[in-house]
Amino acid sequence: MGLDTKPLSTLHEISSYNVADFPVPTGREEEWRFTPLSRLRGLHDGTAEVTGSVVVEVDAAPEATVETVGREDARIGRAYVPADRVSAQAYSSFEKATVVTVPREAVTSKPIVIGVRGTGGAGAGAAYGHILIDVGPMAEAVVVLDHRGSAVYADNVEFDVAEGATLKVVSLQDWDDDAVHVSHHHARIGKDATFRSFVVTLGGDLVRLSPSVSYTAPGGDADLTGLYFADARQHLEHRLLVDHTVPKCRSNVTYKGALQGDGAHAVWIGDVIIRAEAEGTDTYELNRNLILTDGARADSVPNLEILTGEVAGAGHASASGRIDDEHIFYLQARGIPLDEARRLVVHGFFARLLEKIEVPEIRERVLSAVEAELAR
Amino acid sequence: MPTLEIRDLHVAVGDKEILRGVDLTVGAGETHAIMGPNGSGKSTLAYAVAGHPKYTITSGAVLLDGEDVLEMSVDERARAGLFLAMQYPVEVPGVSVSNFLRSAITSVRGEAPKLRQFAKDLKAGMDALSMDPAFAQRNTNEGFSGGEKKRHEILQLELLKPKIAILDETDSGLDIDALRVVSEGINRFRSGDTGVLLITHYTRILRYVKPDFVHVFAGGRIVEEGGPELAEKLEAEGYESYTKASA
Ligand SMILES: Nc1ncnc2c1ncn2[C@@H]1O[C@H](COP(=O)(O)OP(=O)(O)OP(=O)(O)O)[C@@H](O)[C@H]1O
Ligand SMILES: [Mg+2]
Repeated sequence: MGLDTKPLSTLHEISSYNVADFPVPTGREEEWRFTPLSRLRGLHDGTAEVTGSVVVEVDAAPEATVETVGREDARIGRAYVPADRVSAQAYSSFEKATVVTVPREAVTSKPIVIGVRGTGGAGAGAAYGHILIDVGPMAEAVVVLDHRGSAVYADNVEFDVAEGATLKVVSLQDWDDDAVHVSHHHARIGKDATFRSFVVTLGGDLVRLSPSVSYTAPGGDADLTGLYFADARQHLEHRLLVDHTVPKCRSNVTYKGALQGDGAHAVWIGDVIIRAEAEGTDTYELNRNLILTDGARADSVPNLEILTGEVAGAGHASASGRIDDEHIFYLQARGIPLDEARRLVVHGFFARLLEKIEVPEIRERVLSAVEAELAR
Repeated sequence: MPTLEIRDLHVAVGDKEILRGVDLTVGAGETHAIMGPNGSGKSTLAYAVAGHPKYTITSGAVLLDGEDVLEMSVDERARAGLFLAMQYPVEVPGVSVSNFLRSAITSVRGEAPKLRQFAKDLKAGMDALSMDPAFAQRNTNEGFSGGEKKRHEILQLELLKPKIAILDETDSGLDIDALRVVSEGINRFRSGDTGVLLITHYTRILRYVKPDFVHVFAGGRIVEEGGPELAEKLEAEGYESYTKASA
C-alpha cells in the first residue's frame, strides 16, 4: 500500500441527505479522480440550474402499485442515504418521486417497465429524480429501468428487498449522445432475499452509475452484472460497492465492457468490504474490458478489503486487453471479413452475460444495440 | 483448373529470414506432401500463403489461378478458394462452432445457407468425421482435444469446399481411428477438382492419402523432390543428410 492509500472501508464513511456535508469535488478525491468534472454541467458544484426536464412513466404489472409522491413521503430515503455530493444534490433537489410497491408474496406477471425519458435535451439545464422500488416479503418482481432521450440528470434509485423476496432489475442507459447522467442505485437486501441487477450502459456523453448493496440479515444474495460499450468521446463509469456487514451473505459482480474510438473511456471501480461481523461471506468480482481501437482507455480498479478471518470465498479479477489477433486471423482464414470477424468476437465476449438477461425483449434490444455500436 | 503457384518465395519474421526461395506448383487433382524437420519452415510457408500478418513476404509471388494472392486480405484468400488447416487451431471463446461455420459458409458462398439445409449438412459432416453433434454448440475449438481440433478443421474443409487446401500436420496427435476418419475426409475432398498440399512428419497418413509428389523441406527451402517412394526413403533414413546439406 502506498503512503496515501486509505483503507477502502474509510472511503465510504460519509453519508448524508444534506448536500452541504460534502465538499465540492476538485477531481483529486479518490471517488472523483476518474470523472471529468467539466462535463458534469454543474451537477457536482451547485451551479446547475434546475430547468431540465425528465419524464418518468411506469408500465406496471397489475400486482404492483405505482405512486408519484412528494419529498415528504416517509418511505423515501429509508433504504439509502446519499454517499456522495451529486447523490445528495439529487436527493435534496427532486420534486416528485416514483414509488413502486410489490406487496407481500405478490409475484409480478410481467416486468414493471419504468421509462425515464430526457425530453429537454442536455442544453436545457439539470433535472433530478428519485425512484423507490419496494418489494415486500416473499414477493417476486422484475423491473426494467429504461433511460432514453437527452438530459442532464442526477437521481437515486432505492431497491428495498424484504425478507425472502426476489427482485430482478435491468437498468438500460440508452441515452442520446449528449446526455449526462449521474445515478446511484442502492439495494438493501433482507434476510434470504435475492437481488439481481443487470446494468447496460450504451449511450450518453457521460454516465456515472454507482450501484451499491447492503444487507440487513444473513442469507442475502446479490448478483450485479453489467455490460457497457463506450464509443469515441464517451465517458462511462460504473462504481460498485458491496458492503458485507452481516454474516452469510453472497455477492457476485461481473462487469464487461467494449471500447472503441478516440477518447472512449470506461471506468470500473469494484469495492467490496467484508466487515469483521460478516463471517461466512462469499464474494467474487470481475471486470473485463475489450479495447477495440487505439485511443480508447479503460480504468479498472477492483478493491477487496477483508476484515474477518472467516470467509467462505473472496476473490477478484480484472483484465483489459485488445481483441486477440489470432482469433481474428482464424475467422478471416475461413473467409469471414474483418468487420464480421470482430463482430463475432465481441458477441462472444458478451455472450455469457447476455444470456443472464431474463427479459427476452430487453435481451434482444441489448443485442441489437451492441450490433449497432459495432456497425458505427 | 485451379492451380496454386508459389514462386521464389522469401518470408521473414521480424528481421529473421525463414523461407529462402520456395518454388512449388500444386495443380488440380494433385496431392503434394511436404516433409521436413522441425523448424524448417513448413508452417511458415502455410501461414505466409494464408496471409498471417506476422509473416512478411520479402520477395516472390503466390498465384491462385493466375491471381495475385499476396495482394489479397486473409479473408479474400479464403473466399478465392484457399484453405489452411492449422497445425494448432485457434480457440475462439464465446463463438459457437455452429455460429462460426454458418458465418464462414455465408462468407465463402456469398449467401447465407438455408437454416435447415445448414443443419443437415453440418450433421452429415460431423457424422462422417465421427464428431459428437454436441460440438456444434460448443465454443470454437475451446477445450477441444488435439484430435477433436483436427477433425473440426477437416469438417470445415468439407463444408467450405475450397480449391486448394494446405493441411499443416493434420495427422499429428491423431490416434489410428481418428487418422482413418480424417484421411477419409481428405480423400472425399480430393475426389473433386482440387489440390492438396499436405505437410507431415510421418508416412503414416500417406498410406491413406496417397501423394503424387513428395517435397523435402529443409532450411527454408525445398531441397529434394520426388514421387511417393521418397517418403519411404525419408522414413527409413531421416532428414540428416538434408539438414547437413542445408546448414
Ligand atoms: N513468430 C516467430 N518469431 C520468431 N521465430 C519464428 C516465428 N515463427 C516461426 N519462427 C521460426 O521460424 C522457423 C520455422 O518455423 P516453422 O513453424 O515454420 O517450422 P515447421 O517446419 O513448421 O516446424 P514443426 O515441424 O516443428 O512444425 C523456426 O526456427 C521458428 O522458430
Ligand atoms: Mg509446423
